[in-house]
Amino acid sequence: MYRYVINRLLFLIPSVLGVIFILFLVMSMTPGDPARILLGDAASQAQVDELNRQLGYDLPFMEKYVRYVYKMVVEQDFGVSYFTKQSVFEEIWPRYKVTVSLAFIGIVLSSLIGIPFGIYTAVRQYSLWDTIPSLIAFFIAAIPSFVLGMLLLYAFSLQLNWLPSYGIESFSSFIMPALAVSIPPAAFNLRFTKSSMLESIRQDYVRTARAKGASEHTVIWKHALHNALLPVVTNVGMSLGNLICGAVVAEKLFSIPGIGSLIVDRITYKDEPVIIAGTILISVCFTVVMLLVDLIYAYIDPRIRAKYARVKG
Amino acid sequence: MSQATVQTPDKIVFKKQSQAKEVWRRYKKNKGAVIGLVLFSFILILLAGANFIVPYSAATKGVFSQINQPPSSEHLFGTDSYGRDVFARVLYGGRTSLMVALLATASSCLIGSTLGAIAGYFGGRVDGVIMRSLDIFMSIPDILFTMAVVFALGANFQNLLIALTLAYFTNYVRLVRSQVLNLAEQDYVEAAKAGGSGSTRIILTHILPNAMGVIIVNTTLNVAKIILYESTLSFLGLGMPPPAPAWGLMLAEAREFMRAAPHLMFFPAVAIVVSASSINLIGDGLRDALDPKLKS
Repeated sequence: MYRYVINRLLFLIPSVLGVIFILFLVMSMTPGDPARILLGDAASQAQVDELNRQLGYDLPFMEKYVRYVYKMVVEQDFGVSYFTKQSVFEEIWPRYKVTVSLAFIGIVLSSLIGIPFGIYTAVRQYSLWDTIPSLIAFFIAAIPSFVLGMLLLYAFSLQLNWLPSYGIESFSSFIMPALAVSIPPAAFNLRFTKSSMLESIRQDYVRTARAKGASEHTVIWKHALHNALLPVVTNVGMSLGNLICGAVVAEKLFSIPGIGSLIVDRITYKDEPVIIAGTILISVCFTVVMLLVDLIYAYIDPRIRAKYARVKG
Repeated sequence: MSQATVQTPDKIVFKKQSQAKEVWRRYKKNKGAVIGLVLFSFILILLAGANFIVPYSAATKGVFSQINQPPSSEHLFGTDSYGRDVFARVLYGGRTSLMVALLATASSCLIGSTLGAIAGYFGGRVDGVIMRSLDIFMSIPDILFTMAVVFALGANFQNLLIALTLAYFTNYVRLVRSQVLNLAEQDYVEAAKAGGSGSTRIILTHILPNAMGVIIVNTTLNVAKIILYESTLSFLGLGMPPPAPAWGLMLAEAREFMRAAPHLMFFPAVAIVVSASSINLIGDGLRDALDPKLKS
């Protein structure tokens, strides 16, 4: 087990470096001269060249990459925004926390809603308690999260006037973004948990448990659920990408000052340092969470535990 | 009694049905799947025949005297904030959305399946390199990668395809790889190897046809996912540039007139939901029809 944890932790380093490399590579295809954007059209070519040299923008690609990673890791220096001329880190950090907390709320809520409903619909298959939630989940799976957000906005802000339509100043303004972020992955979790649970219920060991006279409660909660939840954990990890997409949409829709809306807004201004730093920071956080999901999975799955225990012994 | 006939054994004809016929027979039994197919065919016919229903100019050129009008007999879905016909925009926007979704699905399927087949069949170092790179690639959330691509290359039809392909090919690599890993151990593959078939031939004629069912189901469901994702991108301003009609873009514009003209929001939203859910129904039906063992 320790071997597995250490292996996975060590793979984190090349992953993060690789993620930065890929994003850096894509960004390097952007046309335009960074110093020219910073200085404006009035500056002379000599000034532009000088600034490019100073900031290291004239270096070859690999050198730029190494320099960027070094500055980022050692000095938390992500460069200067082309648009606000301020330190990118200062600008991004407070927004980073907003996005991460929104995504976190999303994971928790979507699991809390989706997984229990999924179990319940599977246990009560073909009853009304299965049909109605399943039907709702089916339709939500076909609604993009921004449409869902717009519907919430229309209903609760414009028609009923219950909730504020923008900002994150109060608790009530957090309700709609949280719902918009968590409902689509909750539907996804429901559908997945249901099919996983149904599959588990049909297994031989469940039949055996029933045959030996275990109560329905024990059969479902102990035998079926335990095995059904394993793939569900992976699925929650897989839905993280969608959650981040949802967070970006919610930030834009409800005017929340997070990283997603920042990146989207700065694309128009060609503000490369902010965009690259924002994408890197979120991706690194994403990588770490995916690692955690893997570790949790390994911890709860006896098969993986056994595999590595044997290697060790 | 006199009507009772005993069927003689020679009357029973064992007709060997083709695989496709068998699948279709099972597919037909699924009510939801048939509804999905009918709905989607209807949408396809509407979109294909859009030219005969409303001219393209109605979707792009507005009449300023008719701004934000509610649905009427003249404008079936009303008009938007530029006085453009919403019905026409939904139709032509659907063409773009569906075209993007189909092309992006096709290209991601092609690239992903090829990589997955190579990784699964050759194994060893080739597999290691492909899968580790893929792991790193997948550490970047789709939406962020798409943002980076759109930022670097600019927002237009072609770059949208590139961005969507890059976001969706990873599924196929994993899927096809695991299928190939399973199938490569089958006896008929061994037999083909013993018979002297080359790797390409074995992959193309023995392995892929047997993995086809799973790939088809995944591809169908992917079309729906890409329709949703593409509309989200358009909504964020990362998709098709503004004058072009696109569902996500229409919704982004409708957002400002939510109070004055809710119909602007209603029609494109319904278009997205109906097309995505009908494709999902088809995909679910195909899954059950292609692999009866998995049927829940």
